[in-house]
Amino acid sequence: MMVRNQPMREALRSALQEEMRRDERVFVMGEEVGEWQGTHRITRGFLQEFGERRVRDTPISEMAIAGAAVGAAMNGLRPVAEMMTISFAFLAMDAIVNHAAKIRYMFDGEFEVPLVIRAASGWGDQATATHSHSPEPIFAHFPGMYLACPSTPADAKGMLKTAIRDPNPVLFCESIALYPRPGPVPNDEDYLLPIGEAAVKRAGADVTLVSFAAGVHWCLQAARELSKEGIECEVVDLRWLRPLDMDTVIASFQKTNRCVVVEESLPMYSLGSEVAAQLQERAFDYMDAPIRRVSAADVPLPFARELELMALPNADKVIASVREVLR
Amino acid sequence: MSTPITLSVAGILLNWLVEEGAAVQSGDVIAEIEADKATVEIEAPVHGILLSLSAEPGDELAEGATIAAIAAVGEEAVAADREAEEADELGPDAATESEDAITAAAAESKEPDTMQTERLRASPLARKLAAERGIELHQVKGSGPQGRIVKADVENFTASQPVAASIPSTAEGHEELAIGRMRKRIGEGTSRSKREAPHFYVTIEVDVDSLLDMRRQWNETQREAQKASVNDLLVKAVALTLRDFPNLNTHFVDGKLLRHWRRNIGISVALEGGGLINVVAKEADRRELGELADANRTMIERAREGRIRPGDVEGATFTISNLGPYDVLEFSAIIDPPQAGILAVSSTRRVPVVREDGSLGVGRRMRLTVSVDHRVSDGAEAARFLQQLRQHLESPLRLFLSEQE
Amino acid sequence: MPSAKVKKLLGWYGQMVLIREFEDACDRLFWEEKQITGVYLHLYSGHEAVGVGALAALTERDHVITAYRDHGIALARGLDVGACMAEMMGRVDGTSGGKGGSMHLADRSRNFWGGYAIVGGHLPLAVGIALASQYRGEDEVTLCFVGDGATNNGYFHESLNMAAIWDLPMVWLIENNFVAMGTRVEKHAGEPELHKRAAAYGMKSLGRVDGQDVQAVHDITRQAVKYARNKGPVLLEALTYRYKGHGVSDRSYDQRFAAELAEYRESKDPIELLKRKLLQAGHADETSLGEIEAVQQEKVKEAVAFAAASPAPSEEHLYQNVYVETERA
Repeated sequence: MMVRNQPMREALRSALQEEMRRDERVFVMGEEVGEWQGTHRITRGFLQEFGERRVRDTPISEMAIAGAAVGAAMNGLRPVAEMMTISFAFLAMDAIVNHAAKIRYMFDGEFEVPLVIRAASGWGDQATATHSHSPEPIFAHFPGMYLACPSTPADAKGMLKTAIRDPNPVLFCESIALYPRPGPVPNDEDYLLPIGEAAVKRAGADVTLVSFAAGVHWCLQAARELSKEGIECEVVDLRWLRPLDMDTVIASFQKTNRCVVVEESLPMYSLGSEVAAQLQERAFDYMDAPIRRVSAADVPLPFARELELMALPNADKVIASVREVLR
Repeated sequence: MSTPITLSVAGILLNWLVEEGAAVQSGDVIAEIEADKATVEIEAPVHGILLSLSAEPGDELAEGATIAAIAAVGEEAVAADREAEEADELGPDAATESEDAITAAAAESKEPDTMQTERLRASPLARKLAAERGIELHQVKGSGPQGRIVKADVENFTASQPVAASIPSTAEGHEELAIGRMRKRIGEGTSRSKREAPHFYVTIEVDVDSLLDMRRQWNETQREAQKASVNDLLVKAVALTLRDFPNLNTHFVDGKLLRHWRRNIGISVALEGGGLINVVAKEADRRELGELADANRTMIERAREGRIRPGDVEGATFTISNLGPYDVLEFSAIIDPPQAGILAVSSTRRVPVVREDGSLGVGRRMRLTVSVDHRVSDGAEAARFLQQLRQHLESPLRLFLSEQE
Repeated sequence: MPSAKVKKLLGWYGQMVLIREFEDACDRLFWEEKQITGVYLHLYSGHEAVGVGALAALTERDHVITAYRDHGIALARGLDVGACMAEMMGRVDGTSGGKGGSMHLADRSRNFWGGYAIVGGHLPLAVGIALASQYRGEDEVTLCFVGDGATNNGYFHESLNMAAIWDLPMVWLIENNFVAMGTRVEKHAGEPELHKRAAAYGMKSLGRVDGQDVQAVHDITRQAVKYARNKGPVLLEALTYRYKGHGVSDRSYDQRFAAELAEYRESKDPIELLKRKLLQAGHADETSLGEIEAVQQEKVKEAVAFAAASPAPSEEHLYQNVYVETERA
C-alpha cells in the first residue's frame, strides 16, 4: 500500500472525492460547498468535477440542510451534508436528533438513513463563545446515530469512507485545529476503518489517557514529556464516541489502574463523565486512584487570547492531571 | 457527640484494658482483639471518656463493628447535667445553656483529623488484591493521598510476609496434621517467591572482632532499654549500605521497578509456636542506635507475645533473617516479594585466623549470605553490596554514632 | 353497472366512512375501553375529504408524508386497517411494531413516508425525498401535508425556500382547519390566507380549495401534481374543520367552538356532502350506501379485534432496529 503525507483536510477531501467517484448516489450539500470551494476547502474542485447536481450550495438553512439530507437518505441517496461549524448544527438539532437518529427505530426498521453530516468542530482561534464548541458528547448522547471524531489524517480518511458506505446516519466531526496537520495516509480507495473501534496510539503501563480528536495530540505530547521521567502513558484514541469502544479503554485500565480523560468539550455531562461512570461500573476492582478529567473551562468560551488559552485544555494540563492520579 | 471506635479487623474481643467511664488519651491501648493472625491492640483514636462499651470479652466481632465510643471531655458531664435538669424540671433557660455546651463539645470532637482516622482509605484495586492475598488492610500503610492504600502498598506488604523452611515429610508412621493459617500463608508466600523471583546467592565471611568489642563497650554506657544486639547493628549496617545500593532497595512489582528512598529493614522473628513474623525497623539508617535497639526490642517482644500492632509489620524494603542464636554455619533465605533481597545472618564462630602480620590467632567470624532477585540485580552488584556491608561491620564506628542526614 | 366516475366516488365514500369509523373507534377505545393508552391521539375526523381527495390524485409511485394527524392519510394510502389499529394500541403487529404509536404510521412499500410528531419536522424530509426523485431523474411527485400551525416555524420557511430554489417536484398542501392546537389562524398568522406564502418563495400557488368537497380537493390536487411533475413546487390550501380537539389532552375545544362545530356537522360534513351528491345524482340509494357503510364498520370491528389479540412487543424488540445491523455488529 502506498502512503502519502497529507494534511487531514486533504485526506478528507480525497476520501470524499473517491466515494463520489465510486458511488453515484453520494452527493454533497451545504453552505458554500460549491462555488466557494468549501469554507474549509474539503470540497475544493468538486463543483468543477461533479457539477451542481452533486455539489449543492444551499441557503443558510441548517434545519433544512439536515432535514433534507435525512429525506434524501431515506429515499435512496447517500447525502454528505456539511455543517460549516458544529455550532450551527444546534439549529439543526431537531432534524439530527429527532429524525436522523430516530426514524429507523420509530418506524421499527421501515427505513434506512444512510446519511453523513460533516461538521467542523473545536475552538481555540478566538472564534468567541457562540462559535467555540466541541459538543460531540451532546450529539453522542442519542442512540440511532454514530459519531466519528478522527485525530489523524489516515483515520479521517478511513473513517469517512466507512461512514459514507454504512447504512446508518453518522455525525462526522472534524477538528478545525487538525485540518492542516499532516500525517501519512494510505493511498487506497478502499481504506476503511471499522465503526466503533478505538486505537491505542501509544502504549504505556502507568496511566491510561482517553481522548479523541485534538485531545489525542495533547495526550501524546504529555506522554512524551512524562516518558522522560519514566512515567509511561497509554493513549487510547476513541475515534468514535458512539459506539463507544469501552472494551479497549477497560483493557488498558486493567493494566494501568489509573485514568485521565482528556477532551476539548465542556466538563459537565461529558465524555469524561461517561468514561468515568463506565469504568467504575465495569472495572471498579481495577481502580487504584480516582479518575480525572481534563476539559475546557466551565465557562462560555471567551474572546481575549489570554482568557481563551486559560480555558483551553493543553498538554501541560494533561501532565498535571497525570501527576495527580499517580500520587 | 462522641467518636465511635470501629474495628478495622475481625476477631474475638480478648480484654477491655480500660474501664467504662475512664479517661483515655489518644493512642492508649484500650482493648485487645484476637484477630486472624495475631493479637491486635485497639488504640483510642482521640482523647476523651470511654463510653458505650458494646462488646464483652469472648464476643466475635466483624470488621467495622463499633465496640465503644469516646466522648469529648465535658460531654459526659453535660449529659449528666441534663438528666438532673429533667429530674428537677428546670426551666427552658437552663436547657438552652446545656445545649450550647453540647454544641461546643460537638465542634471540638469533630476535628477533621480525628474523623479521618476512622475510615480506612484504600483503592478498590488495593482492596481486591488484599482480599485475594488474605491481607488485613489495616496492617498495610497507605502511600497515596491522605494515606490511601494503593496497589503498590499491598504488594509491598506482601513482600514483608515471613519466610519459612520447608516441612520434611515422613515416610512411614505419620499422622496428618492440619496446616495452620500462618503456615499456609508462609508456604504460599515462599512458594510464590521461589517460583517467580529467580534467586541467586552470594556469601562472605566477616571479621566481627571489632564489632563485638565495640558493642560491649558501648552497651556498658547505655541504659538497659537502649542496649544493642548484634542484630540491631546488622540492621543499621544494612540500612546504611543500602543508601549506596538503591537498586537492592527496589521492589519488582508487575514487571515494574519501584525504588524506595526509605530503608525499612524487616527483621524475621521466630515465634514460639512456630511460624515467623517480620517486624520492620523504619528508616534504620537514620536512627540513633540506642533508640533503634529499644524500638526493635519492643516490637520483637510484642510479636512473640502475639500483640503485634499494624505499624510494626508494614513497609519493609529489605529483610534480614538472623539464625545467629542457633549455631548455624551458613544458610540462605527466601526473598519476600516484591523485595529484591534478603540477608541471611549465621552464627558468630571462633575460628583460627592468620593475621595480617602473619601470626596465627583466634578470631570471631560470621557468615552472611545475601539472596537477590535476578530480575533486579546481578552477582557483581550483590558482591559489591556485601563488600561495603563488610566495611561497615569491620570498621563499625559509624554504626554507633548518631548522625544527621 | 356504475360508471368509472361513479365507482370512484363510491370508493371515496367508502374511504371517508372508514376513516370516520376508525377515528370514532379510537376515541371510544381511548376514553371508554382504555385499550388505547398514552397521551397523544390526534383524530382526522372532519378532514376526510382532504386526505382522500388529495391522495386520489397521486399515482402509486408518488410520495406522501404528513404530520402527527396521520391516521386518515395512512388509511387513504391503503395501509392495513388492523396494523394501524394495532399501532394505536402499541402492539407487536402494528405498522411500527408498537414502537411508534399513533403519530408514527408509515409504509415504505406504499411510498408513505410516515407521520411525524414535531410540528414542521417532516417538511425538510419531504424536500429530501423529492430531491432524491429529481436526482435520479424519476418523474415522481412528493405530496407533503402541512397543518396551518406548521406554517409559522422555521422549517416551513427553510423547506419551501429550498424546494423553490431547486425546482423540486413537490405539492405542499396546507390543511387549514383554522386552529393551530388551540390558537385561531387569525391570531397565529400575520396573513391568514396561508396560500399567499408561496409568493415569498417565488413558488406557484393554486390558492384555496373547499376541503369539505372531496371532488374539489381531488381536482385541484391533480392539477397541482401535474404542475409539480413538470415544472416544480406548488402550494395550495384546503379549508377544513377538525371535529375533535387537537389531541386527547384538549378538553376545551368542544365548548370553545361549539357553534362552529354544530354548523359543520349539520351542513358541511364532508361525508354527508358526498352522500347528498350521490343520492341527488342518483348514483346510489340509501341501501347501497348503507351497505358500503356496513362493510367499513365491519373492517374497523375486525381491526379492533385483530389489534386487541396482538401481543405486546417483548424485550427482544427493545434493542431491535436502533441501527441497521451490519456485519460489524
